[in-house]
Amino acid sequence: MSTTVRIPGPLRRYTDNADKVQVDAGNLVDVINQLNSLFPGIQDRLLDDAGEMRYFVNVYLNGEDVRFLQGLETPINDGDEVSIVPAVAGGS
Amino acid sequence: MANTISLRCRECSRDYPIEPLNVCEFCFGPLEVVYDYGAINASTSREKIASGPRSMWRYADFLPADYNPVTDINAGFTPLIRSRNLAEELGLKELYIKNDSVNPSYSFKDRVVSVASAKALEFGFDTIACASTGNLAGAVSAHAARSGMKAYVFIPSDLEAGKVLTAAIYGATIVSVDGSYDVVNRLCSELADKYRWAFVNINVRPFYADGSKTLGYEVAEQLGWKAPVHAVAPAASGAMFTKIWKGLNEFADAGLIDTPVNTHMHLAQAEGCSPIASAYLDDRFIIKPVKPDSVAKSLAIGNPADGYYALKTIESSGGSAVVVEENEVSEGVKLLARTEGIFTEGAGGVAISALKKLAQSGTIKPNDQTVVYITGNGLKTVELVQDVVHPLLIEPTVDAFEAAVDTKVS
Repeated sequence: MSTTVRIPGPLRRYTDNADKVQVDAGNLVDVINQLNSLFPGIQDRLLDDAGEMRYFVNVYLNGEDVRFLQGLETPINDGDEVSIVPAVAGGS
Repeated sequence: MANTISLRCRECSRDYPIEPLNVCEFCFGPLEVVYDYGAINASTSREKIASGPRSMWRYADFLPADYNPVTDINAGFTPLIRSRNLAEELGLKELYIKNDSVNPSYSFKDRVVSVASAKALEFGFDTIACASTGNLAGAVSAHAARSGMKAYVFIPSDLEAGKVLTAAIYGATIVSVDGSYDVVNRLCSELADKYRWAFVNINVRPFYADGSKTLGYEVAEQLGWKAPVHAVAPAASGAMFTKIWKGLNEFADAGLIDTPVNTHMHLAQAEGCSPIASAYLDDRFIIKPVKPDSVAKSLAIGNPADGYYALKTIESSGGSAVVVEENEVSEGVKLLARTEGIFTEGAGGVAISALKKLAQSGTIKPNDQTVVYITGNGLKTVELVQDVVHPLLIEPTVDAFEAAVDTKVS
C-alpha cells in the first residue's frame, strides 16, 4: 500500500510526464520530501523560501483542501490520494 | 490581429507565448496577457469606439482575441441607467445602475465567454468547458451553440433549477458534481490536464478574464468619457472586480478619459462566503479559504483565485469591502426591483445591500457619482425571493375584487 500523488501539468517535466506518483509517507511534509528525492527540484515549485506552501498551489487530500486540515502536517495514510493543483483557476 | 505580445506571470514576470496556458510553470502564479499599448493607443479613439458595433466588441483594440462573428451572440453594451428612486431612498444624488443582467444569456459572463470562445476557435479547439456556479454555464453553453463547438459544463449539485435549465437549453452536457464550486473547480483543473478542451476559466483564463475589462470601458464611455467616483461590484473569484479597475486605467492611459483614475472600488460579498471582504476587514492580504454557505450562490467561491489581486485593487483605488448579512441578499434584490424595476439575482442583491451600507456609513457621499454593477438576472434564481408571491385569490366578480383590495371607485 502507498499514497498516490496526482501531478499537475506544469510539474510533469520533473516527473518524466508521469501524472501519478506513488510515495509512502506519514504526513504531507514527508510526501513532498519523497517527491523531491525522486524528482530533485520539485520541492522548490511547491514550497517557498520559508518552507510554506506556495500561495498559488493548492494541495488536496482525498479531495479536501489541506488548508482545512493540518496543512503540511496533515497525516497521510495508505491508500490516500494527494492532489496537487494550481490555484489559479475559476471565476464563477 | 489582437494587440497582444505575450503571456506574463503576475508574480515572477516570466514570459510565455500566446497559448492556452494559465499558470506559470515556475511559481504557479497567474499568467496575464501583455498588450502592445503603443499600438492600442495609436489605433483607438473616442470616435472609433463610438462608431463601432453596439456590443463589447466596440473595444476590440483592447481585447486579446480578434472579433469572430461565428461565436458572437452580441454580448455587452448593456444599459447604464440613472437611478431616481433608489438614489433618493439611499440619499444619493448621482447613482447609476450598470444593468448587465440583460446580456444574451442574462449575466456578465457573456463578456468573458465571448472572448474565451473566440480565442478557443483561434487556438483550434472544438470543445469548450467550464467550472461554474451557473451563470458561466449558461454563457459557455450559449456561445458553444452559436459557434458549433461541443460544450461540457461542470456545476455544483445544489445549483438553482433556473441556472441549470438556462445552461441545458443550449445543448451543453451538464455535469452535476457532488460538492461545492471549489470541488468542481479542482476536478476541472485535473480534467484540463487530461482533455484537450478549452476550459474557459482554466487554460484559457488569461484571455477569458480580460473580457470583464469591458465593464470598465463601457461605464466610462456611457458616463460621457469619465470614470465614476465610486464603483460597487460583487465578487466571487475577484477577477471581474480587478478587471473593471484595469479597464478604467487602460482607458485613462489611452487618453480616452482623464488621468489619473480616481474611482474608489468597493467589493461586496455575502456573509456566508466572504473570503475576500473578510481579509480586507481583518487588514490582511492572505485569503483564508472558506466553505461557502450562502444564498448568493453565484458568489459562492470559497477559495477565490483572484482574491489577492482584488485586495490590491481595493488598496490602490482607495476603496473598501463590505460584507452583507445573508438576509440582506434577498432584501437587496427586492429593493432594486421595487425602486428601479430591475430584477437581479443574489449577487445583485449583495451589491445593492453593500451600496446601501456604503451610503449609510458616509463612505459614499451624497454628491459622489456612483455606479453599482448588476451582473446577473433574477429570473434564474426565483427561489431566492419566492416569499414576494401572495396573490389575491378571488371569485371573478367586481364585488369580490373590491372586497379583496379594499379599494372602491364610487
